[in-house]
Amino acid sequence: MAGLVYYSSASGNTRRFVERLGRAAVRIPVSPADPMPPMPGRYVLICPTYADGEGRGAVPKQVIRWLNDPERRAGLCGVIAAGNRNFGPTYALSGRVIADKCNVPLLYSFELAGTSTDIARVTAGLDQIRDQTCSTPRPMTA
Amino acid sequence: MKDLATPRTPRAINWNRIQDPKDLEVWNRLTANFWVPEKVPLSNDVQSWATLTEAEQRLTIRVFTGLTLLDTIQAGVGAPSMMADAATPHEEAVLCNIAFMEAVHARSYSSIFSTLCSTAEVDEAFRWSEENPHLQAKARAILETYAPGADPLKRKIASVFLESFLFYSGFYLPMHWSSRAKLTNTADLIRLIIRDEAIHGYYIGLKFQRGLERETEARREELKEFAFSLMFELYGIEAQYAEELYDGIGLAEEVKAFLHYNANKALMNLGYEPLFPPEACEVSPAILAALSPDSENHDFFSGSGSSYVIGTAVATEDEDWDF
Repeated sequence: MAGLVYYSSASGNTRRFVERLGRAAVRIPVSPADPMPPMPGRYVLICPTYADGEGRGAVPKQVIRWLNDPERRAGLCGVIAAGNRNFGPTYALSGRVIADKCNVPLLYSFELAGTSTDIARVTAGLDQIRDQTCSTPRPMTA
Repeated sequence: MKDLATPRTPRAINWNRIQDPKDLEVWNRLTANFWVPEKVPLSNDVQSWATLTEAEQRLTIRVFTGLTLLDTIQAGVGAPSMMADAATPHEEAVLCNIAFMEAVHARSYSSIFSTLCSTAEVDEAFRWSEENPHLQAKARAILETYAPGADPLKRKIASVFLESFLFYSGFYLPMHWSSRAKLTNTADLIRLIIRDEAIHGYYIGLKFQRGLERETEARREELKEFAFSLMFELYGIEAQYAEELYDGIGLAEEVKAFLHYNANKALMNLGYEPLFPPEACEVSPAILAALSPDSENHDFFSGSGSSYVIGTAVATEDEDWDF
């Protein structure tokens, strides 16, 4: 079963989404001064989007820091992106950027703190994911 | 006149000493997103405008006049009234930016009008906006909470509702035309406004949540009750406004679904749970696509959407990536 890792800034939208999923989840700290928590084995990353009009800065710096570590990157099974459609073409862009950079599937996107439909779909999806995306054995890291 | 005793030392703003990192983040986003209507080639819509019926044209002008009224209020009263409540000097500066951009939005509707419409048609719409009871009712409901001496957190609630909910009965129409390949340049301009309003609603909602943290449990209850009852009041007005405007072209029910969807998003900006159930929020996919073109909804789990297909990698040149 894949674990969950998420980032949520002061607005707390992604945090509220994760809380409603009711699963164990590891939060990437907001402050760069805080240490990164341990990786929960293979995991799905839930990440909000902070792009400007040109798409710059879509992925929060702290999430980039998390993914810069090769071991943590190796544990990533897929990404779920949050955003707001009102940002037009950059809606949930962070998910597309991470999927592209890390070569993992973009599993789902939702707006702000998500709706009950989003919660139901992601819950069902996470339940089935262990048989699919995370089934490929990855090299063990020392 | 003699100097009055000055209770506080006037202080210069220091952007190198930040109390709330969100102030700088949002300031940078807003200034990077700055635009003016002159940059949008509205005149390319002249031919498309001519394909609308007279009733559709009148509806469009009225809808844009209604939007102009809300932008005028937010530029002249809403954002300035919140400046006095600012928790940091940088928040006050961000609100200056918000006030100015609202004035740009209000100004841009007049650019659309001077490009596409006759003076007489536009004058008629402005008269209509002063006489329409629903439009006037929502403007007054918001202005009441902005009044001098009003509760700072209630002002922020009203402001988020204006930015994230009240505009959408109007924004629906240009998105509808755009989904039918009509007035596409006008829709590009409206999308710039929608993008700005999304940041405004997010930021003011965030400042509301920060303010709430300092309140007692009883006050939090009071503010939540206020927020939901104001939402009910505004929704009641909006539903009537939408019926009056859109019944003629058979879109009133679709517009209401769009209102429910946006009401939920406005509540989320304040940190509250959605009010309307998912089945009441089923917005037409054409409208969603018009809102966020080139960004499909990804649902790998259910196999819909483009799942594995990954968009072209824009914005990955961030120097922070190590791989």
